[in-house]
Amino acid sequence: MTSRRRQALARRNAALSHRPLAARVKVADWTKEAGHLEAARRRHLFVAGVAFVVTLGLTFLLGGRAFGDDWRQFRGSGSTGTSASKAPPVEFAGDGKNVAWKVALPGRGLSSPIVIDDRIVVTASSGPRQDNLHVLCFSAASGDLLWERRFVATGRSLTHPKTCNAAPTPASDGEKIFAFFSSNDILCLDLTGQLLWMRGLTLDYPNASNSLGMSSSPVVAGNVLVTQVENDSESLTTGLNTATGETVWKLDRPKKANWTSPLLMADGQTVLLQSSKGVDAVDARSGETLWSYGEGASTIPSSTREGDTLFIPSNGLVALRPANSSSPPEKLWQENKLRPGTATPVVFQGKVYCLTGAGVLLCADVEKGNILWQLRLEGPFSASPVVAGGKIYCVNESGKCFVVATGGEKGEILSENMLDELILATPSIGDGALYLRSDAHLWKIAAP
Amino acid sequence: MPIRPRHPDRSSTARPSRWMLPLRGCLAAVLLVTCCWNTLAAQPVAKGPDAQVAALIAQVKSIGLKGEGYPAAVAAQKELSASGPAALIPLLKAMDGASPLAANWLAGAFETIADKTLATGGDGIPAKAFEAFALDRTNAASARLLAYEWLKKVDPTAKDRLVPGMLDDPSADFRRLAVTRLIAEADAAKEDARRLELWTKALTGATDEDQVKLLVGKLDDVGVKVDLSRHFGYLLSWQLIGPFDNSARDGFAKVYPPELSRDFNVPLPGREGDVKWEPFTTKDDMGEVDLIPLLKPYRDSLAYAVTTYKAKQGGPAQIRLTTPNAWKVWVNGQLVFARDEYHRGSMFDQYVIPVTLVEGNNEILLKICQNEQTEDWAQKWFFKVRVTDSSGKAILPAE
Repeated sequence: MTSRRRQALARRNAALSHRPLAARVKVADWTKEAGHLEAARRRHLFVAGVAFVVTLGLTFLLGGRAFGDDWRQFRGSGSTGTSASKAPPVEFAGDGKNVAWKVALPGRGLSSPIVIDDRIVVTASSGPRQDNLHVLCFSAASGDLLWERRFVATGRSLTHPKTCNAAPTPASDGEKIFAFFSSNDILCLDLTGQLLWMRGLTLDYPNASNSLGMSSSPVVAGNVLVTQVENDSESLTTGLNTATGETVWKLDRPKKANWTSPLLMADGQTVLLQSSKGVDAVDARSGETLWSYGEGASTIPSSTREGDTLFIPSNGLVALRPANSSSPPEKLWQENKLRPGTATPVVFQGKVYCLTGAGVLLCADVEKGNILWQLRLEGPFSASPVVAGGKIYCVNESGKCFVVATGGEKGEILSENMLDELILATPSIGDGALYLRSDAHLWKIAAP
Repeated sequence: MPIRPRHPDRSSTARPSRWMLPLRGCLAAVLLVTCCWNTLAAQPVAKGPDAQVAALIAQVKSIGLKGEGYPAAVAAQKELSASGPAALIPLLKAMDGASPLAANWLAGAFETIADKTLATGGDGIPAKAFEAFALDRTNAASARLLAYEWLKKVDPTAKDRLVPGMLDDPSADFRRLAVTRLIAEADAAKEDARRLELWTKALTGATDEDQVKLLVGKLDDVGVKVDLSRHFGYLLSWQLIGPFDNSARDGFAKVYPPELSRDFNVPLPGREGDVKWEPFTTKDDMGEVDLIPLLKPYRDSLAYAVTTYKAKQGGPAQIRLTTPNAWKVWVNGQLVFARDEYHRGSMFDQYVIPVTLVEGNNEILLKICQNEQTEDWAQKWFFKVRVTDSSGKAILPAE
């Protein structure tokens, strides 16, 4: 070994002395045997990688939950309505069985709770004009209130009485919380409750409002927060810098009331914007429209996806393969009978499930769209169905949660669980727990 | 010891002559002093904590619309939120004159600091100063409410001490608390006379629709009639003209003669022949002017309504409008807002429009547009207008 190589190895070993013990032991062994610096470098990278993975795994194991258990925005971190978490309890009751905790909320809300690590964040609005904006953070384990912040709406806060200002579900990138309200106020807070920035989009665009109220939930795509503010008058969608709140891009959108939420696509950087005209796939980094599907779409239930395949409420339901550099979007099938009511469909293990306006759960094959079975539940439903552990959780407006099995050839109701409060918010799932909210309460449903 | 040249490549010939040495020393001294002076001048003047907080607050308050000034404000906000409890009162004071957006930023910093202070025992919360701030009616309403809410956390008795005196408060939030308290007191009272007294008193401070209607209902039950339209300050008497054409909703943007001048004696070409201004006074409790029975046909049509509001004094006010139709509002000939939305609901104080009134007569002109929709729920063509202060309390016109 030349002196230069010895010096290089000595420097490298000195640097490695600051690395984790496991990595250092391994390095000490192989450097004795190694006679070639390049080989040493490759092995070191391999060992360091192994050590990193082991350390990461240990961190999560010791933490007691996996990263994938987060539910960071409307219908989950991936906007699919499904959770890899173990199934929440099949049977529970509002004030008793399998209620891990139940806490009072200071205001109304149709927004879903979101799950960020061991915290549950939920928004609410209060006051005769619904102009008090609340952001609350609870301990997932105990239900203790960790912090609460109250702000004042800068936009139009009144809505139709059935909904309220806290209709959109907040979103998170895991470090920051983005609370969005019907009044077009966007609050960015860190996980300790510190306000980082706030935007008031109605101040920026005074006619961007809907007298009935808005409900589109934002999504985080990389470093951009995408908010759809679509209505009959000043209709737009913005991409905001998550760190500073500055506008990265703004798109003028169809002038038609629209309550759907953007869908984060599988690449994590493209968002699907739905409107009465159809859907547009937009690169969240630039605001560039990548492709469009122009055969119209619903303005209430949102689109969903499984992998890259999109399922769009459009004249029934349409399965769409996104466009790529060489081909336009391809319509795989269209089924007129698959008509979601208010709730967004959900796809799980080769089947797509739609809750109709009549309270019927339809199950169809994702390959061809043919209906496999239908199951009458009790409607009406405003909350979208969610899936965990092979079971579908459907909560109707009366607060009754139907748990439906997905595996069989026919739909089977496994249980009916009554919370006995008006529930319009889509449930959230995290770490084997179901989180439900009404205008008055937030529940954690989990096995003891 | 021989002097070694600093630069080996320089020969002794480059060495300075002896007479130059003192001069070089002087130059070096001047240079040193200049450098030090410049360095000191370039440094920010060391600020005390108060000045530092003031500078950070000013940075946050400087934010504009559409994200203007945000990167610097985000940095200032972070630093501000890390301040100690001494920043709490300056933050409350700073909300006076702040834009609605900046006031929220400051409230966010305030709550972060107050929360941390409370978590460490709450001794740093200046309760007396909060109470004084909340009671000072010249302070910003949202800041007063924030002070009051945090005062309650450290002094639960504050509610009973402060709320009874808030019935005539300029803040709608405080008035609401006082009215709620009186309603509860009336509910607990055993004598009819006492209940009547409490309801009547509560109504003097009530401005929110739910509280007013509850109290008016209770008073009505015992035979006391309340002039609801007067309580809310609805404008009841109007001059109306129409219908004008709004086919394809194009009339919203079209300028018809009533937008240019209003001569009540001159007929104008309407949608189906000449139309003329007609006086109309609504008898509806909530000031509704229903255009359908007055101006048929009503689909694809629009109408104008004008009234004169006599202000006791000039200054800022709010026009609060309710309508399910597209609309425009002018005050004293100036367009103050326009909205092209149809049939998305009609609720109390649906639109709040800031205006500036002049002392004496003010002309309020409305354009109310109906569209082509045929659904049952789209067959509405009406408006309600009232004039209020910023808290929603009616400003009645001068008699």
